[in-house]
Amino acid sequence: MTHELKKLHPTPIRIMHWTNAVAMFIMIGSGWKIYNDEVIFGWLHFPDFLTIGKWAQYGLQWHFFGMWIIVLNGLAYVCYGIATGRFRRMLFPIRWHELIATIHDALRLRLSHDDPTRYNTVQKLLYVGVICVGILTVISGLAIWKPVQFSELLALFGSFQNARLVHFLCMSAIVLFVAVHVTLALLVPRTLVSMITGGPTVDPAPHVHSLEPIESTP
Amino acid sequence: MTIRTPSRSIFRPQHGISQEILRENKRLIERIDRRNVLRGALSLGALTLLTGCDVSENDQVQTFLRAVSTWNDKVQSLIFRPNHLAPTYSESQVVKPPRFNASYDPQDVKPVDGASWKLELSGRIENKKPWTIKDIYALPEQELIIRHICVEGWDYIGQWSGPNLRAFLERIGADLSAKYIAFRCADGYTESIDMPSALHPQTILATKYAKEPITDPFGFPLRLRTSTKLGFKNPKWLVSMEVTDVFPETYYSKQGFNWFSGI
Repeated sequence: MTHELKKLHPTPIRIMHWTNAVAMFIMIGSGWKIYNDEVIFGWLHFPDFLTIGKWAQYGLQWHFFGMWIIVLNGLAYVCYGIATGRFRRMLFPIRWHELIATIHDALRLRLSHDDPTRYNTVQKLLYVGVICVGILTVISGLAIWKPVQFSELLALFGSFQNARLVHFLCMSAIVLFVAVHVTLALLVPRTLVSMITGGPTVDPAPHVHSLEPIESTP
Repeated sequence: MTIRTPSRSIFRPQHGISQEILRENKRLIERIDRRNVLRGALSLGALTLLTGCDVSENDQVQTFLRAVSTWNDKVQSLIFRPNHLAPTYSESQVVKPPRFNASYDPQDVKPVDGASWKLELSGRIENKKPWTIKDIYALPEQELIIRHICVEGWDYIGQWSGPNLRAFLERIGADLSAKYIAFRCADGYTESIDMPSALHPQTILATKYAKEPITDPFGFPLRLRTSTKLGFKNPKWLVSMEVTDVFPETYYSKQGFNWFSGI
């Protein structure tokens, strides 16, 4: 068995990551423009300097252009993650007792950053979570875009306005994720650098879990 | 006069602060460079400010975005299911009066004089004789209780009735293999739809709302009402209808809104 050495973030991952970053920027900025024309919450209007497109039609044009990038790139990412075993290797398994240990460590500022090739349980949960939210964003978006042609899809959400609300809440969850993600990347800048350069070389063979409870021998 | 001696805070540790955590995390703390964080945050902020000056209106950007929009028209016509019916609702859910949508306020609507009104026909139609209100009202009616969805994101349930558009097109001998139906309105508004949407079983020329003749703000005496298009694709105060193969730009498509705008 050959142990091929790879970079932490292979080239396809880096291309898809930054493509997604640009597409997210377009989708969120233009989405806020569209939202402003019929707000869901009376107290929430997005200021003009945060929105993309001066007039409604420009916001719509950007949104329905960005959707192609985000959906095609997202599909490529999910296929790649499944086909190469990256999801299985990096995001699973998620263990309950490890989650508690990680939160405990994080609160005591004892989180280890020594091994960037391994995600802690909170990271695993957040990454799996944001991928699921991303998929739900696309599904709710399709239901809003084609409430008659995809009326079966709309029925999952109950009503047109419910689907809009779900789409909005998904966006909010993604914005929260991005805020945390960007803050942490800036706090530990070498993670940001490795998403550009590829980072350290890693052994892609599955690790033996060191956090496994160790049997004590008498 | 007594000088108060501040008492020792109960939150203050009794034996000094343990420096152990700091020592353990020295490497991490050294890495947190405040200047770097600030610089990063500022660049990110500057990037978002870029949207303040709108690049959308740039000619090349607009050409590109409109090309994508035209591509989206094609995708939507492929997605379109000619016999798939939109959900319908009960009379108790109907909103009265309907919600107004136009590029101007309802008080600026100029009422159409029903007595002199005519619907002119042109293009690939055999019998181009204009239609009066009486003629239209004499046709069999179809009732639709459907959801109106505006491009802005609001919606309401409305009850519309009038002759089925497909039946009307057949009656006047329109060429059903033509590509588009183009409408002109009394206020100068123009709108056009693709033939498959025109032939959809839930597309009508509406004369009534909630069983009463449509009132002035909502399109008296005749408007289009289809279950498969956004609100603005349902022109009011119709004065002419043309069956054509030449793509008819519309009031909103000229401004950059998506032409097909199916739902």
